[in-house]
Amino acid sequence: MGRSIKKGPYIDPKLAKKVEQANSAGSKNPITTWARASMISPDMIGHTFMVHDGRRHIKVYVTEDMVGHKLGEFAPSRQFRGHTNKKEARR
Amino acid sequence: MPRVIGVDIPPRKRLDISLTYIYGVGRSVASKICGQLGLDPGMHAGDLNEEQVQKLATTLQKEFVVEGALRREIASAIGRLRDIGCYRGLRHRRGLPVRGQRTRTNARTRKGPKRTVAGKKSVKGMK
Repeated sequence: MGRSIKKGPYIDPKLAKKVEQANSAGSKNPITTWARASMISPDMIGHTFMVHDGRRHIKVYVTEDMVGHKLGEFAPSRQFRGHTNKKEARR
Repeated sequence: MPRVIGVDIPPRKRLDISLTYIYGVGRSVASKICGQLGLDPGMHAGDLNEEQVQKLATTLQKEFVVEGALRREIASAIGRLRDIGCYRGLRHRRGLPVRGQRTRTNARTRKGPKRTVAGKKSVKGMK
């Protein structure tokens, strides 16, 4: 189920502050964040985020198309390394 | 046989049913358009005259997105998800279910026919 429109999009207050600061300073430095659940707002376009995937931070460059998605959608938290080979596992 | 927009030839069925043979038209849109044009939804599609077919075609194209245009719209929406590299896009690329369904079993619609894997425990063996 989607989020109530009444509440507006969820953007982590700390992250919003960081973006605001970066915008007014005109800096393009990557913003490190753990706020995967934050919606990408239009003023984040052109910034690079380091989004936590549970282990490290993954670089996400935000483009116009990404507005309305959440940061976590661009930093996969699961890594599939293939199934175990039975014969090799026994050795 | 009446042709409404290109190749769609709904045959000897009620009009509201035969219209659903058009891609993008379901029961809801079909009944809506019948009411809008003042056509009896119970009449057979074969009994439509030229003028009525023409009217159906123009309103369908003007007020609803159907057939090729709808297919293109859907394809471009999926293409966008693929391009931005989001989770849903990745699932589309891999041909796996997009909306969080389980993939341990089932998911056959997305994954296609079964491919037998050597050495994999059978369903009975898992119990």
